[in-house]
Amino acid sequence: MDLFEYQARDLFAKHGVPVLAGEVIDTPEAAREATERLGGKSVVKAQVKVGGRGKAGGVKLAATPDEAVARATDILGMDIKGHTVHKVMIAETAPEIVEEYYVSYLLDRTNRTFLAMASVAGGMDIEEVAATTPEKLAKVPVDANEGVSIEKAREIVAQAQFPAEVAEKVAEVMVTLWKTFVAEDALLVEVNPLAKVAGGEVIALDGKVSLDANADFRQPEHEALEDKDAANPLEAAAKAKNLNYVKLDGEVGIIGNGAGLVMSTLDVVAYAGEDHGGVKPANFLDIGGGASAQVMADGLEIILGDSDVKSVFVNVFGGITACDEVANGIVQALALLAEKGEEVSKPLVVRLDGNNAELGRRILSDANHPLVQRVDTMDGAADKAAELAAAAK
Amino acid sequence: MAIFLTKDSKVIVQGMTGATGMKHTKLMLGDGTNIVGGVNPRKAGTSVDFDGTEVPVFGSVAEAMEKTGADVSVLFVPPAFAKAAVVEAIDAEIPLAVVITEGIAVHDSAAFWAYAKSKGSKTRIVGPNCPGLITPGQSNAGIIPGDITKPGRIGLVSKSGTLTYQMMYELRDIGFSSAVGIGGDPVIGTTHIDALAAFEADPDTDLIVMIGEIGGDAEERAADFIKANVTKPVVGYVAGFTAPEGKTMGHAGAIVSGSSGTAQAKKEALEAAGVKVGKTPTETAKLARAILAG
Repeated sequence: MDLFEYQARDLFAKHGVPVLAGEVIDTPEAAREATERLGGKSVVKAQVKVGGRGKAGGVKLAATPDEAVARATDILGMDIKGHTVHKVMIAETAPEIVEEYYVSYLLDRTNRTFLAMASVAGGMDIEEVAATTPEKLAKVPVDANEGVSIEKAREIVAQAQFPAEVAEKVAEVMVTLWKTFVAEDALLVEVNPLAKVAGGEVIALDGKVSLDANADFRQPEHEALEDKDAANPLEAAAKAKNLNYVKLDGEVGIIGNGAGLVMSTLDVVAYAGEDHGGVKPANFLDIGGGASAQVMADGLEIILGDSDVKSVFVNVFGGITACDEVANGIVQALALLAEKGEEVSKPLVVRLDGNNAELGRRILSDANHPLVQRVDTMDGAADKAAELAAAAK
Repeated sequence: MAIFLTKDSKVIVQGMTGATGMKHTKLMLGDGTNIVGGVNPRKAGTSVDFDGTEVPVFGSVAEAMEKTGADVSVLFVPPAFAKAAVVEAIDAEIPLAVVITEGIAVHDSAAFWAYAKSKGSKTRIVGPNCPGLITPGQSNAGIIPGDITKPGRIGLVSKSGTLTYQMMYELRDIGFSSAVGIGGDPVIGTTHIDALAAFEADPDTDLIVMIGEIGGDAEERAADFIKANVTKPVVGYVAGFTAPEGKTMGHAGAIVSGSSGTAQAKKEALEAAGVKVGKTPTETAKLARAILAG
């Protein structure tokens, strides 16, 4: 989960990374009081999970509380690269910035280790720094069990060739930033820019944090950081039912078991769609290993509730999952929806293979539901589902 | 022969007495796996009856190894306790630890991987978040269904469990030497490259099927490895061509970030290394058939 800047700022502050005062608001009028609390002037910063907001006019100085209200009025509701601004941070104005640096920790998948990155060329897109002047970006592996002591931090800072007068201060930031990374189970903590300001202090002026959802069990406070407003309603409904669902922009609803097989199903449907008016998958939905009839029914209900969906492809290879359970789930879900008085008119194409496939196929044949048809190969079923979606478009 | 796992492997199960562990221990026994024990400190000294096969429960991996000569551990330990369980397996220096557990925090998997390295990498780790590995007709260490196919001369390595099953099913009449599910997490122990090297060296493997998916650069690095080191034919499949950027597709590691990790980049890298890459699992199976038919 990627966080907003203000959330990253709060986590930095919690773990001792130096930041400026700031608070998040969602109405222009609140900008006045927030700016008054900061002594009468502030920076109004759009909170969006996308880069380049400064260039888009999403960061403005306000010299008075009135001006802060005016700037917040401009920025709230603004569209930045497809992201609507719902919140702004009213931040303390920084003392004069002398230099801008970059520091981060992240996972290096290739080497299966954590990596510290640091550069004196901060304030700009770090990927560009890495591409054009790689010598200016120090990359130092960090052993997950050894962590970052002040000695290790000094090594990182030395490799990045920070100026002597800030080296120790930046090293201290590297230690507190590491604490943030570990304590919050983050996949990424990034400060850009880390500014040297008049007077010699270093302050994190902007930052990014991405958290590991697999660690939610020991991070109870992370749930409150979720951006519930932004979640697609179908994604929210699926999450409430513990389903692994991602909304996409096509017309063929997809249900399968196992992340790899579902991804593969999306591809096969997209290929088939090329022959049927360009229809595409409407979603990713993995009902997981060992799915019960109930899980299948929950999944089908979500998919059928998506008005973009014109046909549904259920693609199951029964490994742990038993195909008879899947078939029962389909039959039950359709009966349940009929009981609720919901009219189901979308055709379902079902392909079952593997564990108890024969039994599952027989259950579907016996139920003989007019909307359900069986196709026994993955490619053939994808083609049929795409054809039906195209016909209903 | 086969790779990593044979009929001589002596297997213990960490987390055997939990519901998932019980279910799959029974299935593994049914596939002929020589399961010599389970590990649970609270139930040490007891045993569990699996349809007439008594499996003793030991207090630790070290004890189980000492008393049974176990050389493989399969882990069904819940995510919150998985790191400690893997560290225990590493400390006991068991040669192979197969971590089935899904949903382990990255800081935990990075920690046990670093720990294994600091201890001299005496334990091969497969997973986490994987279906394990099977050598059909000999042994099954994990959750891959044992009845899909038979012993044969294809080696399979895959990030995805269900695509492993699908591919084994497509080629079930030919059969497999071994199939290894390496898992879809950002940090995994055994990689495509490790499995490719082992299949290359395995006299019972004639052709290798490699299944990848979006995220990371493991497939690209595997392509470089194939070019330099693999003489046997390799057929590839990559899932996730239509996955949008920035959305995690089920597996924690399956995410396209910017220009890196796309299925197209992986396919091109593999093809440049001489690997025939199928558009769908079925087409991939056809490519494998054509090569084996000469």
